[in-house]
Amino acid sequence: MIAVAQPTTAWYLILAALLFSIGTVGVMVRRNPLVMFMCIELMLNAVNLSFVALARDLGDIKGQTTVFFVMVVAAAEVVVGLGIIVAILRRRPNATADDMAELKG
Amino acid sequence: MELFVFVLASAMILGGAVGVIVRNHPVHSALSLVLTLFGVAVMFVSLEAHFLAAVQVIVYAGAIVVLFLFVIMLLGVDQSENLMVEPIPVQRPLALIVGVGLAGVLVTAIVQARSAVQTGTGAGLDNATQTGDHDSNVRQIARSLFSDYVFAFELVSVLLVVAVVGTVLLSRRPARLPDDIGATR
Repeated sequence: MIAVAQPTTAWYLILAALLFSIGTVGVMVRRNPLVMFMCIELMLNAVNLSFVALARDLGDIKGQTTVFFVMVVAAAEVVVGLGIIVAILRRRPNATADDMAELKG
Repeated sequence: MELFVFVLASAMILGGAVGVIVRNHPVHSALSLVLTLFGVAVMFVSLEAHFLAAVQVIVYAGAIVVLFLFVIMLLGVDQSENLMVEPIPVQRPLALIVGVGLAGVLVTAIVQARSAVQTGTGAGLDNATQTGDHDSNVRQIARSLFSDYVFAFELVSVLLVVAVVGTVLLSRRPARLPDDIGATR
């Protein structure tokens, strides 16, 4: 048996930090509202990953319970957000995030 | 073994995440997102969160991404966006600098705080190989969810009902021809 390094909690947290940063860059760079939404999902997943890694590190199930709630809220958020995007894009096809600068329809 | 799984799943996660933000076509972005979500599910399994891994696949990859694809297909917004044009000139370099800076700050903080975290302060996770009970993770989450967090659980169910009703209202076509504000009501 060869002794190899086991990934510690810090590795998982660093991976989550990288994933979060990629999601942030995506939100700032992309202009398609759907893709921006996907990048928000990436950021939520990064946070979930760090929650689960710390739950194992601390030996505490509450981290996993919190991730459960985050997933439910993320699902609700996606449903409402996509509803808004559908309502906007139905009126103006090919709208990007820049076209939604004013509140007035 | 855990190292192998970690490296493979990290490659899936980071590759998918980069794919989401560099692909032109929204459908390709959504499929890259699936790759990332599956990678996170693999991570959950290797972190002994079996229930959450199943929920991740069912809710995220199964429901949320399919919802994205439905919206992309139904609205006909599936023409690709030309990523070569850059409407605001300094936006991309600035975004890249902010992203790299954020990653640097977070990684530095994690590396610095690595030894300060006290491990094993909780009651411990029930492991299926130790307890001999294959449902032990689900059982433990359920015990936490329905005792300590039962009020939050009920609130979340209300939130889901509100979200469903709100979406039906938002996406309903107006009966009359909209003048200027009718469509989003």
